Amino acid sequence: MVLRELTALELGGAIKRGQVSIVEAAQAALDAVAARDGALNAFITVTGERALERAQQLQAGVKDADSPLYGVPMALKDNLCTRGVKTSCASKILGDFAPPYDAGAVERLARAGAVSLGKLNMDEFAMGSTSETSFYGPARNPWDLDRAPGGSSGGAAAAVAAGLGWYAIGSDTGGSIRQPASFCGVTGIKPTYGTVSRYGLIAYASSLDQIGPLCRDAADCAAVLDVLMGRDPRDATSLPGLRDSWSDSGPRVDYGHLLDGLTGDIRGRRIGLPTDCFGDGLDGAVRAAVMQAAEVLKGRGAELVELSFPVLPYAVPAYYIIACAEASSNLSRFDGVKYGWRAEKYDGLADLYRKTRTQGFGPEVKRRILLGTFVLSSGYYDAYYKKALQAKAVIKAAFDGAFQRCDLLLTPVAPTTAPRLGESLSDPLKMYLSDIYTVSVNLAGLPALSMPCGFDGKGLPIGAQLIGPHFGEGAILNAAHAFQLETDWHKRTPKGGDPA
Amino acid sequence: MNITAELVDYLAGLSRLEVQEGDRQAMTAELERILAYMDVLERLDTQGVEPMSHVFPVKNVLREDEVIPSQAREELLAGSPAPDGEAFLVPKTVE
Amino acid sequence: MTWETVIGLETHVELATKTKIFCGCTTQFGGAPNTHCCPVCTGMPGTLPVLNRRVLEFAVKAGLALNCSITRYGKFDRKNYFYPDLPKAYQISQLYLPIARDGAVPIHTDAGDKAIRIHELHMEEDAGKLVHDPWIDQTRADYNRCGVPLIEIVTEPDFRTADEVIAYLEQLKETLQYLGVSDCKMQEGSLRCDVNLSVRPLGSSELGTRTEMKNLSSFKAIARAIDYEARRQIERITEGKRVVQETRRWDENKDASYAMRSKEDAQDYRYFPEPDIPPIELSEAYLDGLRAGLPELAQAKRARYQADYGLPEYDCRMITSDKALAAFFEALVALGAPPKQGANWIMGEVLGALSARGLEPRDMKLTAPTLARLIALVSEGKLNRNTAVKVFEAVFDTDGDVDAYVKEHGLEQVNDDGLVREICAKVLAANPRSVADFRGGKDKAFGFLVGQVMRELKGKANPQAVNAILSQLLKG
Repeated sequence: MVLRELTALELGGAIKRGQVSIVEAAQAALDAVAARDGALNAFITVTGERALERAQQLQAGVKDADSPLYGVPMALKDNLCTRGVKTSCASKILGDFAPPYDAGAVERLARAGAVSLGKLNMDEFAMGSTSETSFYGPARNPWDLDRAPGGSSGGAAAAVAAGLGWYAIGSDTGGSIRQPASFCGVTGIKPTYGTVSRYGLIAYASSLDQIGPLCRDAADCAAVLDVLMGRDPRDATSLPGLRDSWSDSGPRVDYGHLLDGLTGDIRGRRIGLPTDCFGDGLDGAVRAAVMQAAEVLKGRGAELVELSFPVLPYAVPAYYIIACAEASSNLSRFDGVKYGWRAEKYDGLADLYRKTRTQGFGPEVKRRILLGTFVLSSGYYDAYYKKALQAKAVIKAAFDGAFQRCDLLLTPVAPTTAPRLGESLSDPLKMYLSDIYTVSVNLAGLPALSMPCGFDGKGLPIGAQLIGPHFGEGAILNAAHAFQLETDWHKRTPKGGDPA
Repeated sequence: MNITAELVDYLAGLSRLEVQEGDRQAMTAELERILAYMDVLERLDTQGVEPMSHVFPVKNVLREDEVIPSQAREELLAGSPAPDGEAFLVPKTVE
Repeated sequence: MTWETVIGLETHVELATKTKIFCGCTTQFGGAPNTHCCPVCTGMPGTLPVLNRRVLEFAVKAGLALNCSITRYGKFDRKNYFYPDLPKAYQISQLYLPIARDGAVPIHTDAGDKAIRIHELHMEEDAGKLVHDPWIDQTRADYNRCGVPLIEIVTEPDFRTADEVIAYLEQLKETLQYLGVSDCKMQEGSLRCDVNLSVRPLGSSELGTRTEMKNLSSFKAIARAIDYEARRQIERITEGKRVVQETRRWDENKDASYAMRSKEDAQDYRYFPEPDIPPIELSEAYLDGLRAGLPELAQAKRARYQADYGLPEYDCRMITSDKALAAFFEALVALGAPPKQGANWIMGEVLGALSARGLEPRDMKLTAPTLARLIALVSEGKLNRNTAVKVFEAVFDTDGDVDAYVKEHGLEQVNDDGLVREICAKVLAANPRSVADFRGGKDKAFGFLVGQVMRELKGKANPQAVNAILSQLLKG
């Protein structure tokens, strides 16, 4: 049995059956990290000793384990708070901050018997599409070390693709799970806003941020989401489950049953292809691979429906206005007083703030803070921020309309495959525009998944995005599962950073 | 939208950031370019559309008024760049 | 020229909840620095606010009692600014849709009755405390107060005098205390007030340039600050200078205000809807429930005491000036004490004892059954009023047992007329000079004789009986 080739569920099964010990699995993962992460830079912090200790403890309870992921080694994006373990958001300003609390999602994973290998590289404060804005240096794409793994959960995607752990937890504000999943050839899902607690997720844009997994395949995604989803009383935007006694009106979710729903049967499912998402600016190889994916789904009995989605051009500006506005406020707390890094030399309070923030934040973060400050400032609020909130309402209504006509939407994840390192940093606007297919999903709070659907001429993975209506995770995962029963793109593994 | 160097300085002041002399011009041009692009929103008819701050009709999410023990002070202060054992230290604040 | 002063108030009131507005930390006053704190109220990364149910309830109740219309669909907003007492660098407050608006508070001053209009009432969180340490020339930030729930009540510029301001604050304090939503202790900062003031020529309908005064920690300070600021503005205008719109800080020791160093930049708070807190939508049933649960407020009590118990207006005002006192009075009456006697005991002995000890009525140990028993003993003639006062003093601090004390100290009133007569005769026989003085027209001698009788009877005699019997014997 080659552990590297197993999915998280398969490894969980082997652990349960006693075919492999949790310590063996953790050690194998740590060995892979030691061998390959020097090149990939997917991790900011590796907690090897902790992982082995934890593995040993968990092994004692393996017989009573009720989670299919019990004992499976994984890793966390470094914007998820971990008690006593450095949580940096890939920023200088957080210094060696080790929170005195775990994020809600981290607690749930711990209860399900997850073994964390450490904290993953990302764009600073999740602001970026390539993981190059990290204070700890860029993460690299295991398919081509000269290319970016995507972002902002680039370390997570690179780690899963390269076998540094069996799954990873990322966050997605405008595509930060789906786009790196696409660039690295793994499967990643951003669930419906409110289904996974944001408590302990260091906020970038509170109304858009959502936690989700990056995995080897859709079944693993379903299993991890089953663990992650659930109401958390510490997050007022977290949604109640069908069985919760929470009395107020509002949507309710059936948690914990996604894995059971993976039948692979998608006969009669109507899959919408928004023509606006296949127009100008889309790389030919990407277009061809996604259209081919549609045909595969059709082959499993789905019905393809063409439709128009004319609000697409408004998604990127509305997204950046809202995200930057919230970010400018969320990141104000980093001031060198309560935690993290403080500038060495300053003259008085105002200067302490200015020096700490100016030296502690990278250029992209500062750019977005200034943008966000602008759109909220006196005299511009209505023209920008309010207008963006209106555009958000229009975009959500457009999705509501689309889901009247079909069950799921299929689109590209990004206009191109992974860019070369350095290419995007020189032109921020171009980088923003590359988020065109992913950001509208966050504005509308929808679930969406990225799955590998081919390679371009350079041997780089291509991803297809499945978008569902609110709480449509089950339908999305089942369609992806059906696709993966027919294809093996998700089983390809990269060699980058592998000394062997 | 015409972004001036003065506006950039004003925004930097509000957000407690310094824009270095050498960067000001580049930052001004960059923001102008990004905001010019944002102007596509003007083409979207939003007459009568209610701004949407929360995507779900969830409301009245409340906690009971029950005391939860506070966190140990040394844990709260542990990450501070300038703690003194019982408080966070900052340069003199002037009233 | 005659000048008119125009004043509006912004009052911050701390709500009497057990926990903070957005986390479960205690709101208890005091405590060592940063011991009533958690990751949420110290603004640690990734933490989120969850609204305290009782904060909403108290704010709505206050809105209803101040005759406001309640906002049925409300939200919270972020007010962004940097200061070390605000760990998130934004205060969660309400700008666009405050919980209550358009209220009115009736006030009464020597100049007559008037209504002060309430512009709005909103919920927000308190900031922390900064204490400068001169030894290290640094400031210590203590976040115990961070996240303590506040309501801010903003009036229209309806006040013309300091008297009106004080009357309004008294009324506000009384109402909020009656509601049980705040203890309104100025000395602990649970009621704080900023004064916006401008002056204009009498008869003018335009508002002058206003200043905002802060750091007013007592009603006295508010009154003095208003007088000072009105004088200062009038002087400036008279001298041909301009009033500058600014924030001024009142210095109680110097009896003067001075302009606070202006903030580094213009006040551009960049308010926007708080994404972490879903909107508040109040149903008619919820509001009806709270309306039905509103307690009887002081004004209504005063009217009722006058009508039902025939108490003078003065007594009614005194007793209802404090909710705990009024409750004590009502309990006395319910236990059978005659209302006027109950009122007299409260206004005399009870308030006297409290003020001698520096206590608030709500801190009093003495319970209504104890005082009711004492009043009953007096009414039944078993204890005379003077002895009763001594018993009162003895039981006040511990709520002691009246009957046990009376018995233990043998204080029961002597109602044996035969015994009183015997003692009176003995006293007359022993004091022939006084008897002669009395008969010679010196009324004072009578008092001396009464005193002698009371002394013989250890103060336990019924004074009326002693008077009657002595007069009778002296005439005889």
